[in-house]
Amino acid sequence: MIRSLFVRGLLAGIIAGLAAGAFAFFAGEPHIDAAIALEEAAAGHTHAEAPLVSRSGQVGGLFLATALYGMAVGGLFGLAFALVRGRVGPRSGSALAVGLAAAGFVAVVLVPFVKYPANPPAVGDPETIGSRTSLYLVAVAIGLLAAAAAAVAHRIFEVNGEPVRWLATGLGFLLPVAAAWIFLPAVSEVPEGFPADLLWDFRVSSLGTQVVLWGVLGVSYAYLLYRSERVAGVAVPA
Amino acid sequence: MSQLSAPHVQPIPLRSLAWWALAVPALLLLAYLVTFDQGAISQAGDYLHELMHDGRHLLGVPCH
Repeated sequence: MIRSLFVRGLLAGIIAGLAAGAFAFFAGEPHIDAAIALEEAAAGHTHAEAPLVSRSGQVGGLFLATALYGMAVGGLFGLAFALVRGRVGPRSGSALAVGLAAAGFVAVVLVPFVKYPANPPAVGDPETIGSRTSLYLVAVAIGLLAAAAAAVAHRIFEVNGEPVRWLATGLGFLLPVAAAWIFLPAVSEVPEGFPADLLWDFRVSSLGTQVVLWGVLGVSYAYLLYRSERVAGVAVPA
Repeated sequence: MSQLSAPHVQPIPLRSLAWWALAVPALLLLAYLVTFDQGAISQAGDYLHELMHDGRHLLGVPCH
């Protein structure tokens, strides 16, 4: 039971990762190339030795990265699905899969993104990568804790009627998230003169990549779940 | 919304889920290798880091 929920998560995650890779290839790669061109122009073409991995290798690596990342996220998603089903959220497996993916996207991607948005090459000081990575992970953890707080509030206030229940759910999520956005230290390392439109386009394409990943994850998980339950002859609530 | 809530689906007992929690560190390690290994922590990460460079930028994690 848990095994099949888990394996479906891995599978849906790989599908989602490949879809996100395809989106990133068309929507994001041009901006990465443009940023690298700026980076090299600023450095005055001093790259004497051959890079460890060629640019075309890095583009192929894009699909490897998104597929492996999708697989890891999908496996965790499958286990989270096994945990929450019957405890919180919709009764329908499809609705729960899509809702859980939406919640996961908000907690793991959107909450950190609003505070620490993605940056193209040439943006960011290599000296501060350690602290920026820590802050990013703190933001991810706060997103996850806030989502868990909202789910717990949703269950606790079940008996208080729908308006109170949803108010508690919303506050359980928004209070920690808003506090984190306000109080976590800012990171502002965009170099002087970096084109604003390139930065914006890159960030939108990065967020789009994650929307595709989590969207395809939720929908394909719902489909795999529906298919297996239909095959097993279980009555499936639509 | 109340008929959307889930009183009729039997939750999977936490006891049987506990075994599967062992998979969580392995999955987090995989995500870590893709997104954060900079060669700073494991030197073998250098090649992976460069190979998955574009994916990391576009997945939105800090880089450089």
